[in-house]
Amino acid sequence: MTWTLVLVLAAGAYAFKFLGLVVVGDRVLPPVLERCLALIPAALIAALIVKDTLSVGHHLVVDARAAGVGAAIVAAWRKAPVLAVIIIGASVTALLRAVS
Amino acid sequence: MISACVTLGLAVGVYAISFGVAAVSAGASTAQACVMSLLVFTGASQFSAVSVIAGGGSIGSALSGALLLSARNGVFGLANSRRLTGRLPTRLIAAQLTIDESTAMCAAQDDPVAQRAAFWITGGSVYVFWNIGTLIGALAGGAIDPKTFGLDAAIPAAFVAMIWPQLRTSRGRMAVLLGGGICLVSIPVLPIGLPILAASLAIMVGIRRDGVTS
Repeated sequence: MTWTLVLVLAAGAYAFKFLGLVVVGDRVLPPVLERCLALIPAALIAALIVKDTLSVGHHLVVDARAAGVGAAIVAAWRKAPVLAVIIIGASVTALLRAVS
Repeated sequence: MISACVTLGLAVGVYAISFGVAAVSAGASTAQACVMSLLVFTGASQFSAVSVIAGGGSIGSALSGALLLSARNGVFGLANSRRLTGRLPTRLIAAQLTIDESTAMCAAQDDPVAQRAAFWITGGSVYVFWNIGTLIGALAGGAIDPKTFGLDAAIPAAFVAMIWPQLRTSRGRMAVLLGGGICLVSIPVLPIGLPILAASLAIMVGIRRDGVTS
């Protein structure tokens, strides 16, 4: 581990964050672009859920996390508050691990 | 909403403990681990960098993998630029807090005031807990395994709650299905980090202007 790695990674990671948020700024964009940008959270968060729930590295797996996130989906569908959804997801996963 | 933001920060903070442990066992000093969390502040990138180094990889391969993982924050920044208006200094700080959790919590709110509040509270609490956790982990070593408490599932569960409002429109539902699907099929074949970026293609469902169901 070197300081070069730490600092170059810091600069690179900030550059990505900066590019999107500051360079484009609050410029008015064509409606079609606005419609597409509004869908970024939907598309990327769905992808993060899939990755965090069903994968280990390059492998697709179904384990205790899938049960926990499944329970969280039911809770969100039943309009449970965000906090409850998080706790349900974690505790179902932990319980399943404890008993298996 | 505030308690949900802070809880998410806490869950992420426990992960930071394991990051601190991983960084030190990969040969980083406590200062290097802490500076990384303060300045890089992108969990997936940090974990990836130290695991490549721990596995004997070069600085170059550690960097390229970690940067690939942080690229999605550029896309998130683009989405947030529509909501987080303000002066340049404010935006420069907001840029550093642009991560998965703050973007998701922001997008889950209905009105602009709540969106900005959710972004700042979530970004701020994750930042604080992430850095405290890193320091604890780097100093104390591996006492807590986040998996014991199911915390690895707490994060996707939080994302489930946050994505729910996106399902109200047919376009949102299509973007969710397509984004998740693209990620699922590309995980086995694309380098780590790329499946999330590839899911950005799903935003093209916004190209068609439809007046049918909103």
